[in-house]
Order: sequence, then C-alpha cells, then structure tokens
Amino acid sequence: MYTFSNKLRLGSFIAMGLGFIFLVIGFMSAPSTVEEAKAMVAVHDDGHGGGHAEAATESHGDQGHGAEASHGEEHDSSHDEHLLSQLKNRPWSALYVAAFFFFMISLGVLAFYAIQRAAQAGWSPLLFRVMEGITAYLVPGGIIVFVILLLSAMHMNHMFVWMDPEVVAHDELLQGKAGYLNPTFFLIRAAIFLGGWIFYRQYSRKLSLAQDESDDNTNFVKNFRWSAGFLVFYLVTESMMSWDWIMSVDPHWFSTLFGWYVFASMFVSGITVIAMVTVYLKSKGYLEDVNDSHIHDLAKFMFGISIFWTYLWFAQFMLIWYANIPEEVTYYVARFQDYKLPFFGMLVLNFVFPLLVLMNSDYKRVNWFVIMTGIVVLFGHYLDIFNMIMPATVGDQWFIGLPEIGGILFFGGLFVFWVFTALTKAPLQPKRNPFIEESRHFHY
Amino acid sequence: MASKVIQALYNDDDVLMHAVKKVRAEHHHIEEVYTPFPVHGLDKAMGLADTRIAITSFLYGCLGLTVAVVMMNFIMIEDWPQDIGGKPSFSYLENMPAFVPIMFELTVFFAAHLMVITFYLRSRMWPFKKAENPDKRTTDDHFLMEIGLHDNENELAELLWETGAVEVKVTEKES
Repeated sequence: MYTFSNKLRLGSFIAMGLGFIFLVIGFMSAPSTVEEAKAMVAVHDDGHGGGHAEAATESHGDQGHGAEASHGEEHDSSHDEHLLSQLKNRPWSALYVAAFFFFMISLGVLAFYAIQRAAQAGWSPLLFRVMEGITAYLVPGGIIVFVILLLSAMHMNHMFVWMDPEVVAHDELLQGKAGYLNPTFFLIRAAIFLGGWIFYRQYSRKLSLAQDESDDNTNFVKNFRWSAGFLVFYLVTESMMSWDWIMSVDPHWFSTLFGWYVFASMFVSGITVIAMVTVYLKSKGYLEDVNDSHIHDLAKFMFGISIFWTYLWFAQFMLIWYANIPEEVTYYVARFQDYKLPFFGMLVLNFVFPLLVLMNSDYKRVNWFVIMTGIVVLFGHYLDIFNMIMPATVGDQWFIGLPEIGGILFFGGLFVFWVFTALTKAPLQPKRNPFIEESRHFHY
Repeated sequence: MASKVIQALYNDDDVLMHAVKKVRAEHHHIEEVYTPFPVHGLDKAMGLADTRIAITSFLYGCLGLTVAVVMMNFIMIEDWPQDIGGKPSFSYLENMPAFVPIMFELTVFFAAHLMVITFYLRSRMWPFKKAENPDKRTTDDHFLMEIGLHDNENELAELLWETGAVEVKVTEKES
C-alpha cells in the first residue's frame, strides 16, 4: 500500500493556497467600469511594451472576438465596453483554462485505460492502479468544470458570447445555431457527458478492485465489455464536448476535426502524467515490478501522440490557410497577430521538442529524462488550451500573470492531492488480473 | 581460407535459446545462428552489438527533408514562380504550409528506402547472391547454430548434444 508522503501533501496544499490567493487577486483586480478598464489598458501600455501590448489600443474589438465582426453594427461605439468585458473575462478564462486542463488530463488517462482494458493489453496491467488513481480526479475536476459552465450560463462572465440573449438577438448565425447552442441544452449535454464518464470510471474501478478478491475472471470480462462500450460513448461525447466547451467560445467559427485535435492534446497529456506518476512512485520504492520497458513504452506513446497531435493541428491549419475563407481564417489571424509567442511557442514545445528529444530509443528508458520531457510537454499542452480559449475571451489583453499562474497552481495542487490520495486507497499492484504475469515479464 | 566449424541443429526455438545461453556461458564463440523466423531476444542472448541502423535512418530522413526543400524551392519559387492559394508572395517561407506534406513524404521516402538498401548491403545481400545458410532445413523448421572449432571438436560436440541438439556435424567452411 502506498502512503501519501507528507512533503508532497504539504506541497499540494501550499500550491492550492497560493493559487487560490492569486486567483482571488485576479478576480479583485478585474475592472468593473469602462473608465477603470481604459485606465488599466493605459497603464498596461506604459508598463511593458511586450508583443501584445503594442496593438492593444488601436486594434481591440475587431480581431479578438470571432463574433464581434457581425454583432459589430450594434456595438460599433462600444469598443470600450468590449475592452471591459475582455478584462473581466481574464480571471474567468484563466480559471477555466486551468480547470479544463487538469480535468482533461484525467479524461485522457481514462481513455487510455479503457483502451488497455478493451484491447486486453498484456504489458500495462501493472500500471492500472496508477491510471485509476489519476482518473479519480475526474469527479472533482468534472464538477468544477461543470460549475464554471453553470456560472457562465448564469451570466457571471462573458466567455461564451452565444449565452447572451442580447448578442443572439442581433446575430443571424447564432440564431440559426440556437437550437443546439442554448444554455439549457448545453448544460444538459455537459451533465450527460460528465455523468457517463464518471459512471464508467467508478464502475470500472469497482470491478478492478473486485477482481483482486474474486476466484474467477468474471469481473475482468465485465470490465472488458464495459470498457469497449465506454470507448464508443467516449469518442462521440468527447468530440461534442470539445465543440461545446471550447469551440463555442468562437461561435461563428468551426472546424470538423476539432474533436480529434482536442483528443490528441488530452491523450498525450494523460499518458505523460501516467509516466510521471509511475516514475515518481518507482523512485519512492513502490511498483518494484515496473521496469524500464514499461517506461519506454509510455515514452513511445508520448512521442507518437505528440506527432499525432501535430498532424491534426497541421491538418486543421493547412486547410484553413490554403482556402483563405474570411469566416474561417479570422481564427488564425487573431492568433498570428496577438498570440505569436504562445502560438508558435506551443508548436516548438509540442512538436519540435518531443520529436528531437524522444526520438532516441535509449533516452526513453532514462527515468529522469522522461520526467523532464513530461514537464515541457505538459506546459506545451497547457499553452494549447490557452490558445484555444483566450483569443476569443480576452483577445489581445492576454498575459500569463497572477490569475493564470494561480489557476495552474490551484488545480495542479488539487490534482496532486486528489490523485495521490486515491493511490493510497488500494494496493498499487493488482493481484488477480489474468495478465499480471505477462506484464511483470514485459521486456523490450 | 577454409575453417572448420561445428554445426548443431535444433527443432525448437526455446531449446535453441537455452543452448545459445549455455554455449555462451562456456565461453565458446558462436559465429552465426540460422533460423526460419526471427527469434525474439536471440540477438541479446548471442551478445550481438545493438543495431546502428536508426542513426542512418535519421540521417537519410534529414537528407530527404533537404532534398524536398531545395526541390520545392527551385520548382515552385525560383524556376517558375507559382501563385499558391491566391497568395502571390513568391517566398518559400510564406508558402511553407503548402509544402509541408511533400517535405514530410520525402523525408519518410528517403529514410525508409535508403534504410532498407543499407540494411541489405550491411547484411551482404544483393541480387543473384548465393544463399549462405548451410542447411536447407533452416528455411523450414530447423534452427542451426554454428561455432568455430579450435581443436576442441569432441568437447564441443558433447556440449551441443547435451543442450538438446537433434543433429551435430563438423564441416569445412569457405570464408
């Protein structure tokens, strides 16, 4: 049995506390009137002449928001109000990006786990308890994301413009989509997605623990069937979730492979976290039977799915770039103009770095090396989510400051606390999984 | 120069693996093992050095990428400038997204084909080459281990019989 080390627990509490304070400061310092917002931007411009600040005064309004162009006639004179809503959105967006990012890690792990179960993979059963520990975060993480979405639907923030009846009333495109994109149906869908995922997670965990105590393989077979069924449910709901929770912040823009693109991001982040937690537990003397070949396989997945992510990212980008249709291309214009550093930085971190660093087969077996690479890959995929949300919600007013760092610290701390608490609940090695022998002798 | 070798035949890959380990433990040098299919872990048991073909593959990939960039730059930008996607910038860098699929494909093409050719050359295989395996049965259901002899014929034969060989013979080998 694993015992939660005090140092790690304390670290997670400190992270949560600091993150909470940063987030509160972020919310407190958001402007509440147009005058305050204008004053803030003026100070901002003097404060630092970084890439995004230069354009701040003359260009806000028409790029940041995909929806802005068409409901612009009504709001023509209200650029300042738009600026206010962007600045108000910033702490909310920082909160949402971090909450979604850590939630997505555990959802990615859940998909990986279900694939291992459905494929009856022989190499991975030793890692099942690690994966189950990480997916435990699905419950609090999912509830937090749901609460944020609920608060958005209650007009506490302006992240999803289509939730505002004022905006929809002046926007023909949004009126056309209102049958699907309306707050009630949106929340019902979110509840169905989360309910299904959490149900599978809890039930599969129950079967997995019951298999340890039973004297036949019925629990194992049941788990196999449920996992295969879950994967079908997951592929549909994950795609819809990505349209709802992410793509709809730019309600005029759409991409048909967006679901896959978000999936690749969560999958690679999830696998990276499995590898990192496994290496950590091994370094503390647990999981004796996990050998370098298991780490090697996880690192191969990190490498492969990083390439897969790039493939999808590029497939989405190239078609839009090539066709150059105004409605579509605004999405990338906003990112090219105001998000140069995070946008291109993300490509380096998520593609060039893993490609060059993880290509060599020997490096994938060096445990500390996998951890270091993992940190970079995770940061890269945080930036990926950042680039998906921020341009629509805060436009050129982005910055990685207190609320963003606070969000990462708070949810990172909560994630570590929850995951490692879940790991103490059951023996780290499944006892009666029929493939456990094969997994123990796994070698490359 | 002709050299004397001893050849032992086995009819099971597990037996062969144990035999290889045992012969190595007795410090005899195994010259070659002929098998009808790849036996997992045999290279490690024989103590063969790791393959370096991955390095060549990387270099060939870099070559393919370079060829693609130079070629596309000449064809599409310099020799006959093309208006790509309604963006007549005539700059390689600005049109790069359109060239990425070709860059990718040529990287893979060069890496794969040149790696296979390298593998054949390094394994001394080329068209019309005479087969090297000493016994036809190694292409069907038998495994053959070949060990160089240094006046220790009887001792080795005894050891090989002990490891479960179904046949042991001593032959001259041209090399």
